[in-house]
Amino acid sequence: MRYIPNTEADRRQMLEAIGIGAVGELFADVPEGLRLKRPLKIPRALAEADVVKRLRALAARNADAERYNSFLGAGCYDHFSPAIIGHLVLRGEFLTAYTPYQPEISQGTLQALFEYQSLVCQLTGMEVSNASMYEGASATAEAILMAHRITGRNEVVVARAVHPEYRQVARTYAAQVGLVFHEAASAETGATDLDAAKQALGPQTACLVVQCPNFFGGVEDLAPLAEAAHAVGALCLVVVAEPIALGLLKAPGECGADLVAGEGQGLGTGLNYGGPALGFLATRDQYVRHMPGRLVGQTVDREGRTGYVLTLATREQHIRRERATSNICTAESLIALMASIYLVSLGPQGLREVALQNLRKAAYAKDRLAKVPGCSVRFRGPTFNEFILRTQKKPAGLLAKLRKQQIIGGLELGRFYPELADCLLVCVTEQKTRADIDALCAALGGGR
Amino acid sequence: MNGPERTVGTRGLVFNEPLIFDQGSPGRVGYSLPPCDVPEKKAEALIPPHLLRGPIAGLPEVSEVEVVRHYTRMSQWNYGIDLGFYPLGSCTMKYNPRVNEDVARLPGFSQAHPYLPDDVAQGALELLWELERYLAEISGLDRVTLHPSAGAHGELTGVMMIRAYHQAQGNPRGKILIPESAHGTNPASSALCGYQVVPIKSGPRGVVEPQAVAAAMDEQVAAIMITNPNTLGLFEEHIAEIARIVHAKGGQVYGDGANLNAIMGITRPGDWGVDVLQFNLHKTFSQPHGGGGPGAGPVGVRRHLAPFMPVPTVEKTGDAFSLDFDRPMSIGKVRSFAASFGVMVRSYAYIRSLGPDGLKRVAETAVLNANYLMSQLKGTYHLPYDRVCKHECVFSDAIQAQSDVKTLDIAKRLMDYGFHPPTIYFPLIVAGALMIEPTETESKETLDQFIAAMKEIAREAKDVPDVVRAAPHKPLLSRLDETRAARQPVLRWKPKG
Repeated sequence: MRYIPNTEADRRQMLEAIGIGAVGELFADVPEGLRLKRPLKIPRALAEADVVKRLRALAARNADAERYNSFLGAGCYDHFSPAIIGHLVLRGEFLTAYTPYQPEISQGTLQALFEYQSLVCQLTGMEVSNASMYEGASATAEAILMAHRITGRNEVVVARAVHPEYRQVARTYAAQVGLVFHEAASAETGATDLDAAKQALGPQTACLVVQCPNFFGGVEDLAPLAEAAHAVGALCLVVVAEPIALGLLKAPGECGADLVAGEGQGLGTGLNYGGPALGFLATRDQYVRHMPGRLVGQTVDREGRTGYVLTLATREQHIRRERATSNICTAESLIALMASIYLVSLGPQGLREVALQNLRKAAYAKDRLAKVPGCSVRFRGPTFNEFILRTQKKPAGLLAKLRKQQIIGGLELGRFYPELADCLLVCVTEQKTRADIDALCAALGGGR
Repeated sequence: MNGPERTVGTRGLVFNEPLIFDQGSPGRVGYSLPPCDVPEKKAEALIPPHLLRGPIAGLPEVSEVEVVRHYTRMSQWNYGIDLGFYPLGSCTMKYNPRVNEDVARLPGFSQAHPYLPDDVAQGALELLWELERYLAEISGLDRVTLHPSAGAHGELTGVMMIRAYHQAQGNPRGKILIPESAHGTNPASSALCGYQVVPIKSGPRGVVEPQAVAAAMDEQVAAIMITNPNTLGLFEEHIAEIARIVHAKGGQVYGDGANLNAIMGITRPGDWGVDVLQFNLHKTFSQPHGGGGPGAGPVGVRRHLAPFMPVPTVEKTGDAFSLDFDRPMSIGKVRSFAASFGVMVRSYAYIRSLGPDGLKRVAETAVLNANYLMSQLKGTYHLPYDRVCKHECVFSDAIQAQSDVKTLDIAKRLMDYGFHPPTIYFPLIVAGALMIEPTETESKETLDQFIAAMKEIAREAKDVPDVVRAAPHKPLLSRLDETRAARQPVLRWKPKG
């Protein structure tokens, strides 16, 4: 076995040193009746070349975004990933290290995570970020629990335009401790209805949860929503599922957000059929001791040299056990590293330019598709790189027809929003060319 | 300080490397974009200007080569399995096969969108379906949800399913029994589900005694969470009896599968009476730990708990695979989409590479290596539970403490010898614990070098204790001031002035 170095001779020497005759004696404490008396029923071992063959065969049966002209987004975005990201994260010193419990020999991971925390603060306009969460939906759920701990209140108002899976995950988490959810409907612009939000907010509201850009691609005006939350003593939690938008849109922190949770997958980490992804969570300094997850802080060594350590661990499960702020420990360090490399490679200008291309290409697609017979744009408000297209024909049939031409035309919304059963969510990133967009229009019957 | 240490290089080929924010200069770029081939409308024409921002202040402006050097230099300050022995107890730091990295990056996986219709995602679904069957067989359980993103996330999902099960019987119950030797995540996960935690003491042999469970067990107990092999590296030999006691009062048995590496192919949690178990794919199934994730924590369950699994599940009808969202008893969702799929690809490749004989060999070798280490260090270091261990062994600093050398000092001194320290001060039931898990991917020579280093440190503790107490001497930095980090938190870079 290529992953196990010891030979039969090594084993014999070791058994002798221990003073026993066979490996079986080391399992004498496993009661006879509990032992498995047969081999595991899984396929026999494959040589490396055959493993690759098997996996290639499976991979070939998925409609990946390299072979298909795909307009899927909805929380998982196809952005270009510079080559250096893939190369740098394969360095064994990053890839094969554990959580940096021993700082003297983990400064690489620690400094990189300190930089990641700083980058998330810059992106979101917040004061403090943790070192990563699992992914956007559970990060949102943990942020809601955090708001509940801070305010001591038991109700949550969630905009209907928050990603439906994030809402589902938040409910699953919150149900365990009995939080009550209220919904704030969307207006005809596709943005959250401010009056509806105000109506839903009350003296027991722990937080208002809004997403920007929202699930419909709409750009929310966050400031009045945050103000409405603050007016009843609630916190404002802004969810970001598409971080590229923050290259153009005003930072949630500047709009009154108290908590920002979301998904960093868009920062050059790949689609990966939905994971591993990158949850992030940022807040104001005053709430840092309520935060879940790892935090990296700066300090000095015995000679006064700057270094980094995991800190404020008294929030965490390995110290506080059942009184911890969360149970989270292993999260997504390596994906945080990828996102950091992406952000520093692009820099302020690059991030802005990528965001602009997303905006412009989506705007072009929106204009073109609106002119296709049988298609119309559902909401009139401003959007970033996604928008909702209403189709006269049933979306399911339409999408199936497009698939025959190697086009994935978008996401059918009926599964999440019965009121939008005649609609598609269409995403256009910088990866789409004008020709790709024109091909979608042509396939929908819009001519060229 | 002057000379090379003040400028670029420090020791040998280890470089000083400032924060990325203190590098670069305005106008420098590390990326390129194809020209925009659609009308270049102004952002203000598409989005109301008051919702827009300018370029983000403080984001670095650096070239591609500067980025590569920055991260490469930082990587050199890190210890990883690729560099050497990493016997971090309970973390199963085994070799991470590189072919797994390659297959996870096949475009058919890495560029597949999670909302692809099932008919054009058959490869991904088949992989998930098969992986579920392999994990079910390895654990002796009936179904496995692949959703949870880490071991602790798996625990949470498992406890949620237990709660939903009891709720469906009319009472979610209020307590969970947890042995004192458990990982901190067990009580934290229970608390997230609103349960009161009742600690169970370990018996004199380092395992949980059935009488202790029977005494704490009543109809308000939802479950026991038990790690087997436990965090002392010992097999909980009364596990079947404990399961019977818990089941008799309607409770569930949650098995923490963090230490599954010791028993694959030898004995199965489902056969002990375990109802729920999480797998740590970043431990047993070779997903690289990445400096703190991504991992994954699939959860196996017995049939009666399957209706409560998160949605969607992967089902097979004829030759076709599909995602099933229609599960009315489900706890709901614990993450977006269907899994940390890239992690599943690596673990699938790992299981296919080893097969049934290979997995059993993994367990046998991991246990042999741990017992070999234990036998060679016994006497030099205090061994609180002197009996056959499984994948790890736990020593203490009781002997060295006589010359005022503590576990922390021993751990730091190991760095000077080129080893990553073991897990320290855990489990809590052993004062000054040193928890050593060698795994199966280490050769006898490596183990012998580690044994020699540990013996040398024990000698130093007697003869030159100051050297050990001041360790480490060789890494980039000496001991860091963790108290200062917590008292005056600096958690981000800020622009000067």
